[in-house]
Amino acid sequence: MIDIKVDPRLKSQRFRQEREADWRRLERLIGKVEKGSIADLSDEDLLAAPVLYRSALSALSVARATSLDRALIAYLETLCARAYFFVYGSRETLWGQLKGFFAGGWPAAVRGLWRETLVSAALMALGVMIAAWLVGHDPDWFYAFVPRELAGGRDPAATTEALAATLGGKDASGLTVFATFLFTHNAQVALLAFALGFALCVPTAGLVLYNGAMLGAFLALFASRGLGIELGGWLLIHGVTELFAVILAGAAGLRIGWAAAFPGERRRLDALAEAGRHAATVMGGVVVMLFLAGLLEGFGRQLITDTAARYGVAAATALMWGLYFYGPRRHG
Amino acid sequence: MAEGKLTRAFVTPEGVDLRLELGEAGQRAGAFLLDAAIIIGVLVAATLLLGLLGIGAIGAMGRGGAEMMAVIWLLGFFLLRNFYFVGFELSAAAATPGKRAMGLRVAARDGGRLRPAAIFARNAMRELEVFLPLSILPAPQGDGGVESWAILLGFIWAGIFVFFPLFNADRLRVGDLVGGTWVVRTPKQSLVRDMADDGAERLARYDFTQAQIDAYGAKELHVLEDVLRQRDRKTMRAVAARIARKIDWTHGAIDDDHDFLSAYYAALRKRLEARLLMGVRRRDKHDV
Repeated sequence: MIDIKVDPRLKSQRFRQEREADWRRLERLIGKVEKGSIADLSDEDLLAAPVLYRSALSALSVARATSLDRALIAYLETLCARAYFFVYGSRETLWGQLKGFFAGGWPAAVRGLWRETLVSAALMALGVMIAAWLVGHDPDWFYAFVPRELAGGRDPAATTEALAATLGGKDASGLTVFATFLFTHNAQVALLAFALGFALCVPTAGLVLYNGAMLGAFLALFASRGLGIELGGWLLIHGVTELFAVILAGAAGLRIGWAAAFPGERRRLDALAEAGRHAATVMGGVVVMLFLAGLLEGFGRQLITDTAARYGVAAATALMWGLYFYGPRRHG
Repeated sequence: MAEGKLTRAFVTPEGVDLRLELGEAGQRAGAFLLDAAIIIGVLVAATLLLGLLGIGAIGAMGRGGAEMMAVIWLLGFFLLRNFYFVGFELSAAAATPGKRAMGLRVAARDGGRLRPAAIFARNAMRELEVFLPLSILPAPQGDGGVESWAILLGFIWAGIFVFFPLFNADRLRVGDLVGGTWVVRTPKQSLVRDMADDGAERLARYDFTQAQIDAYGAKELHVLEDVLRQRDRKTMRAVAARIARKIDWTHGAIDDDHDFLSAYYAALRKRLEARLLMGVRRRDKHDV
């Protein structure tokens, strides 16, 4: 006679005991990743993780259907959720992401915003024209557009000689602080222009218009004293980069506001999220552009005082950005 | 798995619903305050440190030294303000220290990968939600009129954004809307003991009849599980007596309540799971 040894354990109990080691291993792996980084995992662990995740997931399905062990199901649910975020999380290194961003992601996102970029540029041009026209008629309008601390004595009350003097290079001390301040200030304003787009475009449009107006007021003032060409060099050496960045920030804000107002066929939330991701890609680059603009403004402008050379730098930056963003590429 | 108001279906590509729990407004606020405290703390410490270093640098290098400190401070402030959240949320944990402390993390609403652009978008919106009202509020108090109106508007503005998550079911911040993200709870839970481990061995000592086992359903099983887990003597005594009465346990007095209860737990679970396998889920004792 064969002695049949009956296993007193329940089916669900055996099910759990047979798989428990795998689950604990998965839990250890995830714990390591959550604390440090993927680099802490050995190749073997890295390969095992998705397999362990899938088996835990199928165990969860089975347990939900056949087991009444509440502790087991609760455990598997949290384990699977944590493992899911690991398996489907971003695996790319920071370096890889940066490379992808500058090599294609950013220019492609900027190209995708061409319509908004045109609108934003037009708004800025409109601001310039309105302010220039108003200041041309009555110089007192200047004070309405340019805050006193930004004008720094460059206002209609100043003499022509004083105005000309402000366009030269300063002495070198304090340059770095100045450049840093400009960069952080401008980047903050650009981020604000982007974020304000959420309020259905209007504040963003206003901000871009106002930026143009400040520019226009300066232009009108200096042109009235015959210093227009010199001011152009003074502004454009960094302005090509900076104004372009502001225009792009405005364009990014407009895209978000437009998606919120007119989502089209999609659900409003989906449209908004898609526009947000697209615009945010552009904005990441705008911060970089403003950093470069800050360097040009803080150092380039103070060290290069010749107007022709300033125009040369301006033209070079314009060419560079134009080719980078809109130039033909091998992988379309 | 209580089906709470904040439980959301979240189907993985493998087709399993993970039933994620969204972060509550209170936890979100707590996480944010914690992060804000960290930022302010770092800022104050760095300012003091740089101030002291600056005094030393002026002694050593003159004005150049002080300038360097000013540049470091300006850049540090900018990075802290804009990239504290982005930097931490880009990491594998997808959470700032505050969120981690609260057991929260950021996830993409569509179930896909959480992209850097989404993180950037959701945090760039803080400019609108936090920093803009902050910069309006401490504006100098004028003689009233326009200025006080501006401050009032600032309050309303801040209020709309701060309480925005309370006005929608998914507790979305404006940044979450634009980034296509939401904040979910991922608490760590350890695997606690299977209560059937005790009972299965004792099962042989108690021969429950089919009718005796069929007295209860899943709900009662789970209550019994809790009782066994707590192992409170008085409660076990009362529950054992009650079950014995219900199932007409006549095989003498119960010498050990825990033995009896865990054996009955194992027997009941075995029976209910066998029926579950056949597609019958018995919710409670009234469900036949």
